[in-house]
Amino acid sequence: MSYFGNRVQRREDPALLTGHGRFIADHQPPGTVHAAFTRSPLAHARIRSVDLSAARAVPGVLAVYTHDDLPGLPKGARLPLHVPNAAITKPHTQAPLADGEVCFAGEAVAVVVAENSYVAEDAAALVAVEYDDLPPVSDIESALNGGHPSHADDADNVAAQLTVGYGDVDTAFAEAAHVVQATLKPHRGGGHAMECRGVLAQPDADGHNLTVRSGTQAPHLVKRSIMDVLGLSGDQVRVIAPPDVGGGFGPKAIVYPEDIIVPALARALGRPVKWIEDRREHFLCTTQERDQIWTVEMALNGDGTLRGLRGTMAHDSGAYLPWGVIMPYISATTTPGPYVLPAYQLHVTCVLTNTVPTTPVRGAGRPQAVFAIERLLDQAADQIGLDRADIRRRNLIPADQMPYEVGLTYRDGSPVIYDSGDYPATLEAGLERAEYTSFAERQRAGRAEGRLLGIGMAFYVEGTGLGPFEGAAVRVQQDGRIVVQTSAAPQGQSHQTVLAQLAADQLGVDIDQVSVVTGDTATMPIGIGTFASRIAVNAGSSVHVAAREVRQKIVDLAAAVLEVDAKDVELADGEVQVAGVPGSGRTFGELARIAQGMPGFSMPGGTAPGLMADSYFSPKRSTYAHGFHVAEIEIDPETGAVDIIHYVVVHDCGKVINPMVVDGQVQGGLAHGVGNALLEVMRYDTSAQPTTTTFADYLLPEAADVPVADVVHLESPTDLNPLGIKGAGEGGTIPAAAAVIAAIENAVAETGVRINHHPVTPAEIHHILHTAAPAEVSA
Amino acid sequence: MATTRQIDCTVNGEPVTATVETRLTLADFLRDQLTLTGTHLGCEHGVCGACTVHVDGAAVRGCLMLAVQVDGSAVRTVEGLSDGDALSPLQQAFRENHALQCGFCTPGVLMSMQSFLDEHTNPTANDVTEALSGNLCRCTGYAAVVAATLQTARDGVEHHDQSPTSGGNGS
Repeated sequence: MSYFGNRVQRREDPALLTGHGRFIADHQPPGTVHAAFTRSPLAHARIRSVDLSAARAVPGVLAVYTHDDLPGLPKGARLPLHVPNAAITKPHTQAPLADGEVCFAGEAVAVVVAENSYVAEDAAALVAVEYDDLPPVSDIESALNGGHPSHADDADNVAAQLTVGYGDVDTAFAEAAHVVQATLKPHRGGGHAMECRGVLAQPDADGHNLTVRSGTQAPHLVKRSIMDVLGLSGDQVRVIAPPDVGGGFGPKAIVYPEDIIVPALARALGRPVKWIEDRREHFLCTTQERDQIWTVEMALNGDGTLRGLRGTMAHDSGAYLPWGVIMPYISATTTPGPYVLPAYQLHVTCVLTNTVPTTPVRGAGRPQAVFAIERLLDQAADQIGLDRADIRRRNLIPADQMPYEVGLTYRDGSPVIYDSGDYPATLEAGLERAEYTSFAERQRAGRAEGRLLGIGMAFYVEGTGLGPFEGAAVRVQQDGRIVVQTSAAPQGQSHQTVLAQLAADQLGVDIDQVSVVTGDTATMPIGIGTFASRIAVNAGSSVHVAAREVRQKIVDLAAAVLEVDAKDVELADGEVQVAGVPGSGRTFGELARIAQGMPGFSMPGGTAPGLMADSYFSPKRSTYAHGFHVAEIEIDPETGAVDIIHYVVVHDCGKVINPMVVDGQVQGGLAHGVGNALLEVMRYDTSAQPTTTTFADYLLPEAADVPVADVVHLESPTDLNPLGIKGAGEGGTIPAAAAVIAAIENAVAETGVRINHHPVTPAEIHHILHTAAPAEVSA
Repeated sequence: MATTRQIDCTVNGEPVTATVETRLTLADFLRDQLTLTGTHLGCEHGVCGACTVHVDGAAVRGCLMLAVQVDGSAVRTVEGLSDGDALSPLQQAFRENHALQCGFCTPGVLMSMQSFLDEHTNPTANDVTEALSGNLCRCTGYAAVVAATLQTARDGVEHHDQSPTSGGNGS
């Protein structure tokens, strides 16, 4: 039987369910000491002086350092810019410890090492820093209009500008029968993995080499950054992402100051040093997505078909640009979505503010773009007098036009070519499951009872499986077990299970015969990282290709040993035998021993040494998943509370390796989207002080907030990888805010209020119902 | 500077005598002094529920209690949920329903749901959802956790009906 396509139970679960997971904080080698950071309480200031004497005097404190005296940290050191781009005119990245100027509240100024974390935090609070205030920039508007820079030496706050588009937008608008215009303010908060970040660095006995464990999505990126900043060679640094990392969602895919400082401390002190982020630090210092402002207009023909879309988008980059312009670029290239859009032009301005940097969070700029075009389509439908489903029907790319070249260049440098998918079928499947045609009747009946029902919909197309590669090595051990090594590091995506499924299928063994080793720079020399819904496509294909090669080596060796032709050899249950001759065979373990060689003897039949192979499958370009969400909601007119009563997800990610895992990704992704639509606000006041820094102030979705997704699976395989699969990690999130906000707007349609921002809180809905006016946008 | 006290308690049925700093939280005591690292810390301000453990049968936040407060008490952690290598019915249902992904919040979710099941033999989905509202999970979207808990309750009731003397619903 094949494991591919089946709901194989997860191999990760038994340890996690019994409290025997091994997360970063659970690692405590003997002699470990603990780091804590003194962080700037101001959003923008110059450091006048730092007095470490009180902190150093605390019993149990081993060391206290600043940028100027941390051994091994070069003066003026900065974190690397992971993805440079010619459009970036202010390529600011953070100093591992502040170097004279602090640019957001929470920026690390000093670090304390003590015998335990309690003492370290006591002492960190005693580091006395004198600051000279500089004027803070708290948001996009004040960055562009406020008249002072977020970095003292800059003339303005524009970090990068780029224009994305194709076609003749001016003619499109000149000839349009209808034009709709909107200013949209989508807001997204943080990733908020339940496990905060953490780093543990262990020097070896002679202090030359360093093993670093970091709760990261990208161990190879962390390794390269440590080498770059601390001036170490590759053989000196090993970075391991623990096999158990408590959620990623994007923010753990960059390199942080602590990833550099903790290793430097371990080298300076010759002891294991550990730092575990607390939630308050996570709110202050771990990257978020936050704000974009879209001012856009849409041109349409009289029948509702699209002519063009143009406008501007301002993106809050925060204080630094660790990921460059990747996120706003993804936003800009996502906008056309599933529609035939003949002309498109978006001017993007990335602004610097005195807030924590922004980098991709699950969805990575796509939810904002989907929000923009889907909200404009609803507005256009109303203006033209079309049903909202109809306007989408009239504009979807027909299935027979696949593959469809949009006219844009994606973030991976390749053209945006939608490889497969039947978008009209997806739309109809969603409308049918949502019982859309009878909704008007439900809505009328509800109104008669004083109930406010609304329905909303949103479509998305998502570039997944970005290259360049994520490697895997497969080998048969002398005990017959199969070991799969991959540079990919998991944070809950079930790599242990899914990658084992693929190897077991190729080698015809029970899945329990396969071990999977993830995220260790010592086992794989190069790697990229777990983000952008890319691991199944990249690492999965690499496992598939490498395992197939190992299978061929097994066959060749068995043929040589059994002295038969390769075509007469068959594999079954970890054994190889002459076809049709039971008992004639050798076990994988026996063959692996032969393949390991005997001193001085030649390999049998000229076969290659070792039953092993590696593969770095490199996709030609991204493969495009898509889907369609329909949300039916009810508003409590007294409280403004939103109850999502039916939520349909049509999801197409090509072939599915493990439907249980994909269902889990869809439902979990939806929860994140619901949080963005209704709950999650990362708020900064006018002095750029973060004011939502606990889970009491910043609301994550709870169980009662999240509907059970009613999922319709469609399957349009891709030919861009040997498995026919596409990424599945973000589709649950991407259109959710757009669909839910559309449903709210529909439920309050009698007020005539358009809702072009999110999240929308009960207080705001209450305000709309009682004043027929939108509330001040709080985000 | 730190003051210490001696405490006596049981943890997962085993007697424990320890000297602890008075400011040490229960969660840090379990994790750092007893190396029971299954109890996780997600927020350290009592909202996320990842650190939920049982003290004298009640589900409590390990981050909001001090270790000295469990002097004389019986503490149960996720490590004490299963009997040896076999998963408990609730743990098994979590696995079957894919009620965990990264697994970080899972120990606290399990302890909350087990405490709920100990007191509710025949809950509705709404009851379970309500009981789960004190635990945050960023991965699963909760639906599978509710399904797993309901399945455990159902199986417990059936088990109870078949053998009324067996005494329980999966606790």
